[in-house]
Amino acid sequence: MSHITKTFPGVRALDGVSLDLRAGEIHALVGENGAGKSTLMKILGGVYVQYGGEIRIDGKTRRFRSVRESEDAGIAVVFQELSLVPELSVGENIFLGREPSRLGVIEWEKLFSQAASLLRELNLEIDPRVALGTLGTGRQQLVEIAKALSHSARILVLDEPTAALTEAESESLFAILQALRQRGIGIIYVSQRLAEVFQLSDRITVLRDGKTAGTGPASQWDQPQLIARMVGREVSQLFPQTKRTPGEVVFEARHVSAGDPARRGRPVVDDVSFSLRRGEVLGIAGLMGAGRTELLMALFGAWPARTSGEVLIDGKPVKIEHPSDAIGHGIGFVTEDRKRSGLVLDESVLRNMTLVALERVSGSFVTNESSEIAASTKLSQSLRIKASSLFTVVRTLSGGNQQKVVLAKWLMNEARVLFLDEPTRGIDVGAKAEIYQLIDRLAQSGVAVILVSSELPEVLGLCDRILVLREGRISSEFSRAQATPEAVMACAIGQSAPGFTRHGASAYE
Amino acid sequence: MEPEVGVSPSGSSKHRLRFSGSVIRSYSLVIAIAAVWVIFDALTGGIFLEPRNFSNLMRQTAVTGILSVGMVMVIVTAEIDLSVGSLVGLSGMAAVMMQTVAHAGLLASLLIGLGVGLAVGALQGVLAADARIPSFIVTLGGLLAWRGAAQGISGGNTYPVEVPSFTALGQSYASRTTGIVLMVLSLAAIIWLVPHRRAMQKRHGLKSWSAAGVSFRVGLPSILIVAFVILLNAYAGIPIPVLILVAIACTGSFLIANTTFGRRLYAVGGNPEAARLSGINVRGQIFRAFCIVGLLSGVAGIIYAARLGSAGPDAGTLLELDAIAACVIGGASLMGGRGTVLGACLGALFMASLDNGMSLKDVPDFVQNIVKGGILVIAVGLDVLGRQRD
Repeated sequence: MSHITKTFPGVRALDGVSLDLRAGEIHALVGENGAGKSTLMKILGGVYVQYGGEIRIDGKTRRFRSVRESEDAGIAVVFQELSLVPELSVGENIFLGREPSRLGVIEWEKLFSQAASLLRELNLEIDPRVALGTLGTGRQQLVEIAKALSHSARILVLDEPTAALTEAESESLFAILQALRQRGIGIIYVSQRLAEVFQLSDRITVLRDGKTAGTGPASQWDQPQLIARMVGREVSQLFPQTKRTPGEVVFEARHVSAGDPARRGRPVVDDVSFSLRRGEVLGIAGLMGAGRTELLMALFGAWPARTSGEVLIDGKPVKIEHPSDAIGHGIGFVTEDRKRSGLVLDESVLRNMTLVALERVSGSFVTNESSEIAASTKLSQSLRIKASSLFTVVRTLSGGNQQKVVLAKWLMNEARVLFLDEPTRGIDVGAKAEIYQLIDRLAQSGVAVILVSSELPEVLGLCDRILVLREGRISSEFSRAQATPEAVMACAIGQSAPGFTRHGASAYE
Repeated sequence: MEPEVGVSPSGSSKHRLRFSGSVIRSYSLVIAIAAVWVIFDALTGGIFLEPRNFSNLMRQTAVTGILSVGMVMVIVTAEIDLSVGSLVGLSGMAAVMMQTVAHAGLLASLLIGLGVGLAVGALQGVLAADARIPSFIVTLGGLLAWRGAAQGISGGNTYPVEVPSFTALGQSYASRTTGIVLMVLSLAAIIWLVPHRRAMQKRHGLKSWSAAGVSFRVGLPSILIVAFVILLNAYAGIPIPVLILVAIACTGSFLIANTTFGRRLYAVGGNPEAARLSGINVRGQIFRAFCIVGLLSGVAGIIYAARLGSAGPDAGTLLELDAIAACVIGGASLMGGRGTVLGACLGALFMASLDNGMSLKDVPDFVQNIVKGGILVIAVGLDVLGRQRD
């Protein structure tokens, strides 16, 4: 691809970007959110058909006018959002729209046997007849890759494939990618997880603000250099190095358990007790599925299944059965998935910010737009929310700004206890640093914070104390001084063989 | 993740574009109504816009308009109510039978009519919000059941209205002086509100309306209001049902745009999970929306019966479709989170204009239905296209 340019109304998303890919190579594409990675891949995949510059495959200039044309040229793109149908079987998904058929009648045996052999090639033990929705997200992602390869693709593009994968699933994905590289397939690997990029790729291209900010062999760079190129500046102090002194206990959970809504019996949160002090940042680490989100949901009164246990605020037992109870006691909850459960995407910045604290800032029944604007202006300035106005629809904001709007929603209500579930997921490095500083500032001002994160450096860099959850239970607790990536990982996994922990920690990093 | 178009583009040009797009969209319905009027006026040789017919058209709009004010609240929460037509029949029948069978007076029959509407709305609200039965199914059941109930209590007979003051609700007019007073009051409100809002924008350093924008926002509604009152006064004054519609529309508009209740309706429809986790009582909001649409169906049922001077077992048949069409033409989305009371009322006026004009031209019923159906689909299609281009 050379000198690719793509403009959207008002924005130049790509400005003369060039990228070359060799057969049998894994080429990583990195850059902050909004740098143009996905746009570039959508042009290659035939999603965007209006662009400047040219694409050459085996030296021949090609111009794709549809996804189908790109597929026919041997390009397979696996986008972040899965494009699969959960209700259909794995086999049907793989051959969706291209089912082997005779006179329009599907040949089921052929379909399933071909699907099975494809899955075997990838060392996947998945029955092609089961409904896709019964598989975990990670295995669904692998099916998506199988689907891509069923087109006998020579170029495979993966856009943030590990965002939703567990450690083990990521590892098996990497093994598959390495096998594919052996077979001479060229892979473009788009990721924000730099450790993976170094572990996996042969060459790296960095995009910044729609321009190429460097290409080179992976061995030529180290992580800080790469970050510097991505952001165009040295991020030496990602985490604020301030000293906090936690005050008295404001929040306490005693013997909290939460049932599994899908199955009877086994609880997803099992007898968890802890306390949280004023101005303290408490980290909760653990693997995916360890019950971290479920714990927060249960404490917030939002878990759909049975919960038990006791919550104390300022030492007094309180009843939290609905999120409004929790909010009434000064708890705020920045959820894991801001688009699904944090924001009303088609509403304005202002209306999202005032959603929780509406009565506080606006009036108990009749609203007062003027005071809403005043309060929102103040907060959006202090959080440095970049939006063309308070009346901009939040859907159009970048991930980092959307996340700031979610935070503003709770700060507007003057939350005293703040639950943060993966607060920096899917946002760029610059916005991450801003969010870290904000968390520190909040703690300084006396807010008690619970931080759930899958990024170990985040937990280690920000938290005063760290709880590790495993299979719904607290497996250990660390102070900031004690915590090392290796030790935390070992507790999360439940093994203490030194080799394994080092491995896990490095992949985490 | 959204396509990586980067951080918000600098400057406010994008915002202004979007803003003017939404302005054009909200005026496009006004323009469409004006176009329909001009066409029908030409086709009928000037009869359509004669004061007598205009007054008639406005009275026809009243029932659909009142229903669409309730309907839009339900639609904003991403639910639907298919039972309003049958409920108009049942509540009107109940109110009139109070007079003919129980010989009750005005107040008792009004209370029964409204009570039936509210009770049915509350029942459907509980089933849809708390029992989580899809509202499409609950109210489809209601569509059949309440019609059946109306036929059952009346034994299939049509009952005449006996209390003259009840009939007046559907058939009489406010005095011309009342019309003039209301006109002056609403002009005063507009002249006060628009600059007030502009001052608020300036105070907060927001981009404020230009002088031309202010005069447009004061001028256009003022001209429309004056023309409206003069035309109606030229016949007999503002019809009482129209006065009731205006009162309900103003209340509904205030409720949905200027109260915490209204704000939460949009949040519930736009993203129920985010609303729930923000402490909003999602079920309560949906329940209340159904109560409102039920109560307004009661109002509509009373006016419908009063206008005809009798209650028949088939009164209000298919009105639910007119009300839904009015909301959707007025910009509401059946996916929830979007819709306005003003839009729904304009949609009702648009639908009533088609009905009235085609009836004047003696267009056969079947053609009227085909035209209305076609226009509904085309109107929404154009809106969808417009949004895609945004």
